[in-house]
Amino acid sequence: MTSFLSVRDLVVHFPTIDGVVKATEGLSYDLERGKTLGIVGESGSGKSVSSAAILGLHRGTNAKVSGEILLEDVDLLTLSDEEMRLRRGRDVAMIFQDPLSAMHPYYTIGNQIAEAYRVHNDVSRKAAKARAVEMLDRVGIPQPDRRVNDYPHQFSGGMRQRAMIAMGLINDPGLLIADEPTTALDVTVQAQILDLLQDLQREFNSAIIIITHDLGVVAEMADDVLVMYAGRAVEFGPCKEILTHPEMPYTWGLLSSVPDVKGDTDARLIPIKGNPPSLLNLPPGCAFEPRCTHSDKVPGNLCRTEVPDLLPGNRGGVHTKRCHLANSDTIYQREILPEIAPELVEDPS
Amino acid sequence: MYAYVARRMITGVLMLILMSMITFVLFFASPVDPGRFACGKNCSPALIKQVDKAFGYDKSVVVQWKDFAVGVFKGRQYPEDPSLRKSAPELVSDCHAPCLGYSQVNLINVTTELKDKIPISGSIAVAAFLMWIIGGVGLGTIAALTKGSLIDRGLVGTSLVFYAFPTFWIGLFLLEFPAIKWGLVPIPNYISIADGGLWGWASNLFLPALTLALFYMAGYVRMTRAFVLESMSEDYLRTAKSKGLAPRKVLFKHTMRAALTPIVTMAGLDLASVLGGAVITETVFNYNGLGKLAVDSIATFDLPTVVGLVLLLAAFVIVANIVVDILYAFIDPRVRLG
Repeated sequence: MTSFLSVRDLVVHFPTIDGVVKATEGLSYDLERGKTLGIVGESGSGKSVSSAAILGLHRGTNAKVSGEILLEDVDLLTLSDEEMRLRRGRDVAMIFQDPLSAMHPYYTIGNQIAEAYRVHNDVSRKAAKARAVEMLDRVGIPQPDRRVNDYPHQFSGGMRQRAMIAMGLINDPGLLIADEPTTALDVTVQAQILDLLQDLQREFNSAIIIITHDLGVVAEMADDVLVMYAGRAVEFGPCKEILTHPEMPYTWGLLSSVPDVKGDTDARLIPIKGNPPSLLNLPPGCAFEPRCTHSDKVPGNLCRTEVPDLLPGNRGGVHTKRCHLANSDTIYQREILPEIAPELVEDPS
Repeated sequence: MYAYVARRMITGVLMLILMSMITFVLFFASPVDPGRFACGKNCSPALIKQVDKAFGYDKSVVVQWKDFAVGVFKGRQYPEDPSLRKSAPELVSDCHAPCLGYSQVNLINVTTELKDKIPISGSIAVAAFLMWIIGGVGLGTIAALTKGSLIDRGLVGTSLVFYAFPTFWIGLFLLEFPAIKWGLVPIPNYISIADGGLWGWASNLFLPALTLALFYMAGYVRMTRAFVLESMSEDYLRTAKSKGLAPRKVLFKHTMRAALTPIVTMAGLDLASVLGGAVITETVFNYNGLGKLAVDSIATFDLPTVVGLVLLLAAFVIVANIVVDILYAFIDPRVRLG
């Protein structure tokens, strides 16, 4: 028995006139029920594209998807379009970043939630609506029996996202993919939504993939973290391990560019210099090499000529990294940590 | 809601009043002397003066406009002369409310004149409207769904051709080949439903309506295609798909609902403008509708008819505008009338 969700060598390519956009290259990860995987990375790193592949949302487009996506040992990529459609919303559900544009402006919230229920359950309109009210109540919408008849524009941003979550969870899916669920919300509402997701996860024992570029969200939610860069996984490990002992210079960069509320207000954020590479034309070596400030520590031209494999890091365990640096944990503790969070530096003695 | 409709109607009426004033002023600015024109050739100055007095042409523009406006509501007589009415009632023509004036060219009340033409233009307009909405939206949707394919390119290319070709060419082509040379359809000749039955009415309308419809259809194919494609790239469509909805439901409930909303606005206004007469189509097929009347009355300086036509057309557009706006509040819940 493999994991609940097992993604193996997932490749998503988009052929265009200018060439093939390699949006996702050889992505693999596992996820169990009741656990949360955080996928972090910049815009265009392949987070959303790879997750949309799980729902089969690339079907009917010109995207080329290969590899394996095993959900309870069934390879979703081998299913027919109709079989995949019947799993969407029932076995795998997705909630999106901006709930205003992700909901149809001409239909009531209740209509849209009930619709998700009626696709997979042979029930009357009335029963589906009652179920929608129940779900709205569950996600904390006040007066759900009245608000169910409201249109999306009559809801606040946080309430819309709650309604979106109600829609996603109405069929009790085993896997919920949340694509930047809190990016469009203000911080106090963000915390409420994350708490809600965690409560519901405990209740339904579902697996959650949370896609974000906010390391704060990851720290709050995720059991495991997958860092993506230019379509590839560059670091993977348990959340705490990744946040305290990152071994890939890109992850260092992400951590360095997070402001610290408790920190010195005069302290400068250290952004990652440069831009992500074009997915049309990836460098032959490590995709992060052009922006990496540590490639000189690797002997020879290795970083520029050879893509590093995703291998176990210095500290062993399930923590893997895609980097040629031999002693990256030591470099992080000695060079990076003192700059971004001196109070956390462990006494070497 | 009711307050909104009332307010819109009041604005509409004010606009009509303004329109009538502007056309009246144009009337006066024209180089034609109406009294002389009504009197005809070989007219003595005394006779012209008599005509001027009989029809009120000697009064100021303000008074004449007031007479016209009163006539719309109460009706009037031409000429307005109580003594003539007593001595020779057969010379006085009655113009009942709503009186839009008296055509000195056709010797008939403008209202009567328009009433006869409205069914003709209305028939062409409604038949063409149905053709271009069904054809344009249908083909536009097909083009969007097969984007980039041969079907799509064929439809977009063909619609460009029909959009570019002048209506009189298409009209003459349809009249010359399918009707006259090949005899596939009767040579169009307007028959009302009362005279020819539904079939006689519709079969005679086919070619003129098609001529008018092809031009609009070409535009609607391209617009529908653009709106459907835009709607297909919306986030809420991805949501609909991720719920597991069947493709047919995604298309009809989610895509088309959003794509058709802006088309309602345009369809309403386009229908109003063709109701006011399709000048070229009516001329080509020799249908005596409002469009042909407009051309003829301008050519013959029949200014009372022109004023009547302008007001009728303006009324169509204003009413269509109000109807579209009210309709919008029903189809788009984000729109609140107020």
